Amino acid sequence: MANAIATTHDEVHEEHEHIVLPQHRHHFETEEQQREAGSFGMWLFLLTEIMFFGGMFFAYLLYRNWYYPAFVAASNQLNVPMGTANTAILITSGFFMALGVWAAEVRKKNLLVWMLVFTTLFGCAFLGVKYFEYKEKYELHHIPGSSFSTAMFTNPDNYAETKGRPALAPDMAEKTQIFFFLYFAMTGMHALHMIIGIVLLFWLTWRAHRGEFSAGYVAPIENFGLYWHFVDIVWLFLFPLLYLINRHPIH
Amino acid sequence: MSTPISNTIVNLPDQSTARIPKKNYITAEDGLLSWLLTGDHKRIAILYLISITFFFFIGGAFAGLIRLELLTPQPDLVSSDTYNKFFTMHGIIMIFLFLVPSVPATLGNFFIPIMVGARDLAFPKINLLSWYLYLIGGTLTLTALVLGGVDTGWTFTTPLSTHYLNTHVITAASAIFVAGFSSIFTGLNFIVTIHRMRAPGMTWFRMPLFCWSNYAASILMVLGTPVLAIAIVLVALERLVGIGVFDPSKGGDPLLFQHLFWFYSHPAVYIMILPGMGVISEVISTFSRKRVFGYTAVAFSSVAIALFGFFVWAHHMFIMGVSNYSALVFSLLTMLVAVPSAIKIFNWAFTLQKGSITFETPMLYAFGFMGLFTIGGLTGVFLGSLGMDIHLTETYFIVAHFHYVMVGGMLMAFLAGIHFWWPKMTGRMYPESLSKLSAVTSFIGFNLTFMPQFILGYMGMPRRYHAYPPEYQVLNVLSTAGATVLGIGFMMPVLYLGWSLKYGAIAGNNPWQATGLEWQIQSPPLTENFTTIPIVDYEAYDYEWLEKKQREEVTTVG
Repeated sequence: MANAIATTHDEVHEEHEHIVLPQHRHHFETEEQQREAGSFGMWLFLLTEIMFFGGMFFAYLLYRNWYYPAFVAASNQLNVPMGTANTAILITSGFFMALGVWAAEVRKKNLLVWMLVFTTLFGCAFLGVKYFEYKEKYELHHIPGSSFSTAMFTNPDNYAETKGRPALAPDMAEKTQIFFFLYFAMTGMHALHMIIGIVLLFWLTWRAHRGEFSAGYVAPIENFGLYWHFVDIVWLFLFPLLYLINRHPIH
Repeated sequence: MSTPISNTIVNLPDQSTARIPKKNYITAEDGLLSWLLTGDHKRIAILYLISITFFFFIGGAFAGLIRLELLTPQPDLVSSDTYNKFFTMHGIIMIFLFLVPSVPATLGNFFIPIMVGARDLAFPKINLLSWYLYLIGGTLTLTALVLGGVDTGWTFTTPLSTHYLNTHVITAASAIFVAGFSSIFTGLNFIVTIHRMRAPGMTWFRMPLFCWSNYAASILMVLGTPVLAIAIVLVALERLVGIGVFDPSKGGDPLLFQHLFWFYSHPAVYIMILPGMGVISEVISTFSRKRVFGYTAVAFSSVAIALFGFFVWAHHMFIMGVSNYSALVFSLLTMLVAVPSAIKIFNWAFTLQKGSITFETPMLYAFGFMGLFTIGGLTGVFLGSLGMDIHLTETYFIVAHFHYVMVGGMLMAFLAGIHFWWPKMTGRMYPESLSKLSAVTSFIGFNLTFMPQFILGYMGMPRRYHAYPPEYQVLNVLSTAGATVLGIGFMMPVLYLGWSLKYGAIAGNNPWQATGLEWQIQSPPLTENFTTIPIVDYEAYDYEWLEKKQREEVTTVG
């Protein structure tokens, strides 16, 4: 039995007419296959991310049903103007990202670099606003743990922010801690994804600056775009579920 | 070319002239770094094979210690705390570090790209990253072990894991978190490869069933593992920061942890068994020289198992206070998931019917699988029915049931696959009679170990205790004796497979006369598998095509 390759067929692939990109990995038959495999892989990864966040959304759903009054009261203490500002900031960041993908596709190097820089700046702005929101929660003793205080929910009239809101019974007021835990876990996990994204953005900006994505090879920009939009979309679910869903003006 | 002996299909080249091809994936590069930084799926598969074997024997050592303690009714070998640490380590290592990656990360990694006619997996670097993550997970597990162990059981049940234990829960939890990502990346790689990198002519229904079952398992890995990850993050946060998502005193619900945990960990059972079923399809077809009966049904039954597998998780919680109605629904769904598994077993049986069966080692293991998996699966149906479950939950009946599926099923399939593909991976044959002996030894040892446990469980011996009433001793002694035999059965392959690396007979390209693409290339394969990508113009398991091809080869050469 010969040790050579037994399966020999005629060469079928036509020679590529254009110049092979340096980024083409040789285990792919064509660049098209490489690009499709990359984006398919990214979509699958985002699927795992959905399942990851899904666990927390499930916990939110469950406890919101169980401790509805606590969730209403706690949700009303979130800072809606900051949340709204952040939503706008994040959508703007996503817009620049989309422009960036377009700039890479039409091979405009400088435009791509600028779009990535803007994406990064707005991403950082989001985290900045988030910092002030967390700080506010710290000052109000709304960070779960030993310093957590339910005073605002048991005696709402003692505080300017909650004046006129119905008081919760102490045991229900305890449950606001669950809301704030979910708030910190969900927005914290989201912020962690933003931070990872921003680190990747620095790297991509540097590579874009070297001109790596301006010669027809755009897969990393495209795939990162998918990731960045995914992070946006997670926020677009978090914002209404955490901030808006129980928003009622004080009568 | 040697003439085949009548009772075997083994077709080895003339040993006096046969040589291992000079150029292959093993000799392509030299040095440790060329292995540690490789992108070649075959080398990564070998790295995985070495590491999972290492962890298998550590996990096995703990199994031995458990059985040794249970030799006598009195708690005389170790204290109860130590015993708890033993079975926890046994569970964690065997499940997360051996069974989950066993077939996919070794055999799947090696053969899926070749079977679909690709040069490598879609993302070689992510593949390598997955092995490093596995190693980090393994190291963290060993760290937890060395620092003094962990005693939550592999299930990390709250509030035990969050409130009542001061062992290294977080270290072990992060081990599982990291190892989980390793299996996500493996699954992701398989799915993309199977979707996007099939050779021309390799349609979905021309793929070997091994690819189908690994594809189904990959879906489970990709969708299930992240949920385990978040459940474990929440446990760690609860221990670190003390926040009460699972803590009833703060309004949390421990049952939520169970839901999240079993949402992964039940499908994980299918992550473990499905790739094994793929191996069995290949082996049964090859050694009965027939196309797998009902190819399409077997292919879709893998997908069906993956689908149903996601909707049965609450059967782990029948006695934990889920509502009667949901218990009813989950009981019904549990019975349903037995249907696609039964389809497979029946189809394999029909494949055997009127086949030209030969009894090489992989086939012996495959027969072991069919018998033992059937027992394991059917006792699963017992446990799925509510009344039986309440009697049998948390007894040795459960232990015996899942060992029949996991060890009797999956480990037999893994060994079948290792023997079946050993000639392809190394270019050399394993010693046939010794390996047959080890297959029979494992089978006997296995039944001797776990059959008594069914009876013990039915009589009411609870699991996870280090002492038991004296009237259970006879059966426990039998079980421990069986474990010893089983241990010998598992040690033997390591020794003779290691021996065969240097002294085994040269295997040639296709010692089994099998039809898969992997058997049409040299053994061991080249670094990028194919010099030219093949065009597939025949169905899977088409032995007539193979015969015709070989006839033509002879005429052109002669």
